[in-house]
Amino acid sequence: MQTRDLSLEQLQNVVGGEHAREATRQDAVDGVVPSFVARPGSVEEISELMRLASGAGAAVVPRGAGTKMHLGNPPHRAEVIVDMTRMDRVLEHAAADQVLRVQAGVKLDELQEELAASKQMLAIDPPEHGATIGGVVAANASGPLRLRYGTIRDLIIGIRVVLSDGTVAKAGGKVVKNVAGYDLSKLFTGSLGTLGVIAEANFRLHPIPEVARTVTVAVEDAGGAAGAARAVARSQIVPSAVELLWDGDRREISVLLESIPGGIGAKVETARFLLRPFGEVREEEGRVLPEMEPAEVELKVNAPPAELSGVIESVTGAAERRGLWVSLRGHAASGVTFAAVSGGGEEDISDLIAELREIRSRRGGSVVLTRATVGLKRRAEVWGYAGDAFELMRRVKEKFDPPGTMSPGRFVGGI
Amino acid sequence: MERSRLIRTMESILGPEGVIHEREQLRTYECDGLMNYRVIPDLVVLPESAEQVQKVVRVCHEEGIPFVARGSGTGLSGGALPVEKGILIVLSRMRRILEVDLENERVVVEPGVINLWVTQAVSDEGYFYAPDPSSQLVSSIGGNCSENSGGVHCLKYGFTTNHVTGAEVVLPDGEMVHLGGGKAPDEPGYDLLGAFVGSEGTLGIATKITLRVVRQPEAIRTLIAAFEDTEKAGGAVSGIIGSGCVPAGIEMMDSLCLEAVEAAVHPNYPECGALLLVELDGPEAEVESQFEQVKRICEENGSSEIRVARDDEERALFWKGRKAAFAAMGRISNDYYVQDGVIPRTELPEVLKKISDLSSEYGLRVANVFHAGDGNLHPLVLYDGEEQAGRAEELAGEIIRVCLEHGGSLSGEHGIGEDKKKYMPEMFTAEDLDVMQLLRCAFDPHHLCNPGKVFPTPRLCGERPGPFRMHPLQEAGLAEMF
Repeated sequence: MQTRDLSLEQLQNVVGGEHAREATRQDAVDGVVPSFVARPGSVEEISELMRLASGAGAAVVPRGAGTKMHLGNPPHRAEVIVDMTRMDRVLEHAAADQVLRVQAGVKLDELQEELAASKQMLAIDPPEHGATIGGVVAANASGPLRLRYGTIRDLIIGIRVVLSDGTVAKAGGKVVKNVAGYDLSKLFTGSLGTLGVIAEANFRLHPIPEVARTVTVAVEDAGGAAGAARAVARSQIVPSAVELLWDGDRREISVLLESIPGGIGAKVETARFLLRPFGEVREEEGRVLPEMEPAEVELKVNAPPAELSGVIESVTGAAERRGLWVSLRGHAASGVTFAAVSGGGEEDISDLIAELREIRSRRGGSVVLTRATVGLKRRAEVWGYAGDAFELMRRVKEKFDPPGTMSPGRFVGGI
Repeated sequence: MERSRLIRTMESILGPEGVIHEREQLRTYECDGLMNYRVIPDLVVLPESAEQVQKVVRVCHEEGIPFVARGSGTGLSGGALPVEKGILIVLSRMRRILEVDLENERVVVEPGVINLWVTQAVSDEGYFYAPDPSSQLVSSIGGNCSENSGGVHCLKYGFTTNHVTGAEVVLPDGEMVHLGGGKAPDEPGYDLLGAFVGSEGTLGIATKITLRVVRQPEAIRTLIAAFEDTEKAGGAVSGIIGSGCVPAGIEMMDSLCLEAVEAAVHPNYPECGALLLVELDGPEAEVESQFEQVKRICEENGSSEIRVARDDEERALFWKGRKAAFAAMGRISNDYYVQDGVIPRTELPEVLKKISDLSSEYGLRVANVFHAGDGNLHPLVLYDGEEQAGRAEELAGEIIRVCLEHGGSLSGEHGIGEDKKKYMPEMFTAEDLDVMQLLRCAFDPHHLCNPGKVFPTPRLCGERPGPFRMHPLQEAGLAEMF
C-alpha cells in the first residue's frame, strides 16, 4: 500500500518493524481510515516520522489511548496515525519539589497510582479511563477538580513538542514559577494535535488530601440547583468540586470536600447547613460524584457559572420542545455542563444546538458538540463560532504547520 | 513619516494633552524600574480608550513605527524600555474598573488599573485578587499581565496567568480581538490568552482584562521563625511542603537582608542568620491544625525563636519587612542589582552555598530574599558606583547560570525583557527560540510591537526554523532586524 510517496517500509525503518503497521477500520478517525499506524519510541523517532510524513504530503493524526478521538471535526485527511503509547515513561518525579516530567504516552490512571505512593497527585480527573497524559493535554480534558485546582493548562509547566517539519522544541521548564519565554505549553493545551506532536510534558503536583467526603443535596428545580451550587462555591469551605446531576427525576448537586482529619468535620457541617434550604441532604464517605456515561450525542455548554439555572432550563426546554431527551452532568460552579442527548434525528439535534448557540452568543459562552455521528458533526458544526480571534488562530496554525500536516480540519473553523 | 507630521497625527487622535514630544518631558519615560538601560522615545502617547490605542497602533502599523506599551513602569527587566524612533504608549490613563461581577467571581478592568485596587474593589464583599507582586501598590494590571507577575501568594493561588480569564487585545496591526472566554470557561480554539499573558508586551496591547477573584479565606495565621542559617531555614521549608500542606506563602530572608530591613522599617525581627515568614490560610480548622504542624517542623529544624502574629496589625508588620526588602537595601548599600532566578526547592542549600562562594570571589555582598516555597530567588547584588556596576552584573549573571545548572529558570516573575535576553540561549536551544518566534510572527509579522525584547536574535518572519541563515532581504541591506 502506498500513500502519496510514503510506504510502510519507510515508517518501519524509523520505528522498527514491529512498531509500524497498515491501519485498519478500527484506526479510523471519524470515518476517515488512515493508511498507517506508527508507534515511535523516542522524540528522535517522532521527529523522523514527521519529516517523512510532511515530506510526502501525508497528513498525521497523533493518538494516545484514543479516548478523545471522537472530539473535533472529521479530519480532511489522515494518512498516518502517530500512536504515542510506546512513550510511556515517567522521566522524572521530583517528589520533594512536587514536579513531574513524563512522556506523552503515560496513562493518567497509572501515573496517579504511582504518584500516590508519595502522597501526591496530578490534580486533574477527566472522566475517561485509560487516557494518556498527552491526550489529556491535547484535548484539554479536565474534570470536577478544576474548581479547586484549575484545568490542565494551569498545572502544565513545560512541554516538548515536535513540529510537522521535524523540529523538536521545548518551552517552560520544571520549576513551578517561571516566566522565561513564551508559554507554549498553554498554546498546545487543547490544540487537538493540530500544531505538532506533544512528546513530553511537565506538571506541578499537589498533595493528596487525607480525607474526602461527599455531601449531596436533592434539589427541586433549576433554581434550586443553581442556588445550592452558588451557596457552597461562595462559602469559605473551599470545596474541591461542585457537581450537577440532572437526569429524569434525579436532580442533585454534589459537593466534594477534602481536608485533613481534623478539618473535614467542620467543612461537612458547614456544607450541610448551606445546602439544607435546597432539599434533602445526604453524606457519603470518600468521593461519590455523578459519573459521566458516554452517550451517542454529547454537548458541552460553557457559560458564566452564575447562569447555571438558565443553562439547565434552556437545554431541557429546547430539548423537550423537539421531543428529545437530555441528561445533564456538569461542573456546576465552574460553568461547564455536559448534555447527553437521545431520541430525534440529526435535524432536531442540530436545531437544538443552533438554538443554544444563539442564546450563548448573547449571554457569553459556547456550545461544543463533543460526541456525535459524522453526519451530525457536519450538519451542526462541532465547535461553533470561534470568536473574533479566529483569523489569528489560523495564522498561528499556518506558522507552526505551514504544509497543513497536523490533523487537518479537526479543530475550530476547519483548522 | 516626518516627526512633526507624526505629532500632528497623534494629536488629532489623542488631543494635544495626550501627546508628549518635548525632549525634557520625554526623559521621564526613558526607563522602567530597571534603570541600567535608558532610551528616550520619539513620542509618548497617553490614550484614554481602546479606540485611541487602536488608532495609534494603526498609524504605527501603516508607517512601520515600532511601539512599546507600558503601565506604571515598575518592571524590573527593562520590558517596557522604549525603543529609539519608536512610540511609547502609556496606559496609565486607562484606569477604570469596568465591572465587578461577584456572581461569576470576575472583575473587568482597564490595563492601567493598579493591582491593589482590584482587591479593594471586592474586599467589602469578601473577595480578593490573589496575584500580589510586592509592587502591588503601584504596578498596573496590564503590566502584571504582560509579565505574568507573581508574588507571595503564588505558591497556593497561582500566578497572574491562572487568574486572567479574558482580554481584549489590540494586535500589532491595529485589529482588535478577544482572547479567552472571559466569564465563561473553555472557549473553543487555541489558548492564545495563555500565550499572551507573560509575553512581555510583544504580542499586542491589552485594553480590557477580565480577572478571577477569590473568596477570602476564613482564617489566616502568620508566623516568623528564626534560624541560625539559611540551610536550617531551608530544611524547615522542605519539611513544611513535604508534610502535605500548601501554605499561602513561605518567604525567607538572610542576615544581610534582615540588617537592611531592620534599619529601614524596624519590624523588630528576632536576630538571626535567616528568617522564615510562613502564612497559612483557609478553613479555620484546617489552618489551626496545620499551623501547629508548621510550628513543630520549624522547631524540629532548629528554629531558635517562633513568633506568631497576634492580630492583623502584627501580621502587617511581619509582612512590611518582607515587602520593603528591596527598597531597604539603600540602608546598607549605594546600589544593588536584583536577580530573579528560580531553582527546584530542594536545590536551595547548594545554590545558596554557591552564591555565597561567588560573593566572596567577586568581593561583592549578596543579600538574599526569596519566595522559598516556590524556589524563586532574589539575590540582591550590592555594589557602589559605576566602577563596581559591571562586576555586579557579571556576578548576577554567574548566579543565573548556577540556577540553570540546578534545573531552574532565568526568571520567576520579573521577565526577560531587555535585561536577560542574552541569557536565553543558555536555557533554550536555537530550535526552542525559533519555535517561540513562530508565535511572535503570527501576532506581529513586522516586529513592531515591543521589538528587541525577550529574544536575543529575533528572526524575520517568513524564515523557517533551522540553523541560522541570514534573510535574503537583510543580506541585500533592504531590511534590518530590531
